Amino acid sequence: MIEQIFFIIFAALAIISALGVISLRNPVHAALSLIVCFFQIACLFVLLRSPFLAVVQVFIYVGAVMVLFLFVVMILDIKKVSLGVLVTRRSKYIYFFLVGLAIELIVVLTGGFQKLILDTPGEEVKIEVIGRVLFTEFLFPFELVSILLLVAMVGAIIMIKDAEKEGAK
Amino acid sequence: MPIGLNDIIAILPEIIVSLSACVLLIVDLFIPKGKKFFIGGIAILTVMVAAFVSFYIAGAGLTGMTVFSGMFAADGFGFFFKGIFFVIAILVILLSLSYVDTEGIENGEYYIFILFSLAGMMVMASGVDLLSIYLGLELMSLPVYILTGYAKLNKRSNEAAMKYVVLGAFSSGILLFGISLIYGITGTTELTGIATALSAGGAEHGALIIAVVMLVAGFGFKIAGVPFHMWSPDVYEGAPTPITAFMSVGPKAAAFAVILRVFLDGLAPAYDTWYLILSIVAVGSMVVGNIVAIAQTNLKRMLAYSSIGHAGYALLGVIAGGEEGVASVMYYMLVYAFMNLGIFAVMLYMRTTKRSGELISDYTGLAKKNAPLAFVMLLFLFSLAGIPPTAGFIGKFYVFMALIHAGHIYLAVIGILLSAVAAYYYIRIIMLMYMKEPEGEFEFVRSRPILYVLTLTAVVVIILGIFPGDLLSLAQSAAVFL
Repeated sequence: MIEQIFFIIFAALAIISALGVISLRNPVHAALSLIVCFFQIACLFVLLRSPFLAVVQVFIYVGAVMVLFLFVVMILDIKKVSLGVLVTRRSKYIYFFLVGLAIELIVVLTGGFQKLILDTPGEEVKIEVIGRVLFTEFLFPFELVSILLLVAMVGAIIMIKDAEKEGAK
Repeated sequence: MPIGLNDIIAILPEIIVSLSACVLLIVDLFIPKGKKFFIGGIAILTVMVAAFVSFYIAGAGLTGMTVFSGMFAADGFGFFFKGIFFVIAILVILLSLSYVDTEGIENGEYYIFILFSLAGMMVMASGVDLLSIYLGLELMSLPVYILTGYAKLNKRSNEAAMKYVVLGAFSSGILLFGISLIYGITGTTELTGIATALSAGGAEHGALIIAVVMLVAGFGFKIAGVPFHMWSPDVYEGAPTPITAFMSVGPKAAAFAVILRVFLDGLAPAYDTWYLILSIVAVGSMVVGNIVAIAQTNLKRMLAYSSIGHAGYALLGVIAGGEEGVASVMYYMLVYAFMNLGIFAVMLYMRTTKRSGELISDYTGLAKKNAPLAFVMLLFLFSLAGIPPTAGFIGKFYVFMALIHAGHIYLAVIGILLSAVAAYYYIRIIMLMYMKEPEGEFEFVRSRPILYVLTLTAVVVIILGIFPGDLLSLAQSAAVFL
């Protein structure tokens, strides 16, 4: 019972801060509310009895990814770029559409998610178990991810390399 | 569960391709600029070795097993699609050899990314778990995003890459949301487990519709099905032409492999839920693809719309379902790969400094200047339009037969009517080539690799059109999921 109350608090805060990410005009504010959103999701992981994921969420997303985001925002000085272009008169209708979709989702999802397996969190998952599962049951996806990250890294370097210099060679 | 020898053997082709790509990344450092075709050559060799190994594994009766705790299946279905991917990869590398030189984007990583993308497609064709399928899909898409933006000094290429990567990330997000809902409903990501859970009563779950819609949106983006097709004309136009050729056949075939497996294996008990959604996408793709294509003046854009239309036809085979439907889609993807790569080969053969070969008007009076080239172009256009005795006719024919046998006569009628519309814009190009006087000078690339591709695709399109029996029975015998 008390868990449900906490869930509602965290989930509501996560949604509100997520809305803040897309509606705040100042990019720094948007990035900060994304941090809040990530924190709430970390709390949800705790409720799901996976403290490891929660810690990883804070370390990687809040710690590394978001700091990088803020750096980029500050270096690029996005304020100068007009952000008003995104919100046109037509986009008002999109809000109605989105609200409709949200209502539909709520109606459909509340109808049947009672039977959900995830509703009854199991034992607390230890890091040791995660490591063992990662290298046995999920070995194949694990290796795939490593190749994927390599491709992303090489691709990023290729895209950043100075094109004009390259052409002149 | 420890990893056994069987697991390694089953993924040996994937290991060869990705390992070779990693090694080539290092080798590339020692190859001087201007000699990068060497990397392309090794890449082709790698694909050939992988094809040989796959052929050997499939022939040695090592198929029919699920390895890595139900993540990966080495079955005939997967090997059939991998065969298509190998052909596509080799032909695209051959097409690229002279193009990268003309465009000044010669770079060893170009070929390496094709190899990585190939590895992703192979994983997709064999994945029997939504997790490995999703990772394969990302591994396939990421290199293609990069390759799309490869012409860094070309604004259109930049725009295309930007659109593709942003929309691609968005569609991945939707796909993941769908997968997580499926996991919530069934408690597993394994396709067989999903099928069991759904037939045990999960199919009545209200959230299943939302999950299915999200899966259709995610996969529909990759096959460019309406209404998830918005990106494709711009991206096709902006990407380097060999990459457009790759995109139009490779990721599309891989996405169809996944769609067949996910919908006809995992979600098979929920047929009533997804059948209508896929029908809407199929009919929408056929209508929008074939009708908007009429108005195009750029050949690449026209082929983008035509490829949307072809995705619609192939989806009809998925809706037909059953062994016949699956085999018809497999055959269609094989045929489509050859005819579409052929037409892009013609386009690349025309690509010189004088004209880009991208405008339809560039082909005016081609028959008077270069009769053989005009003839193969005619062949590919006939095949795309589905006119006998080309392979395209047989491909369409089997899809419609499967559809009629499955009892969806209305859909078949719509498909046939729209392929009559499609014939108009294909034949318009033939008219331009044969009935008009040539305008201006013609120049050709005269690159030998492109000539090989042209010859091979033209011969295959005719042979598959006249003797479809062998490959079709191969597709039928492979059309069984694990």
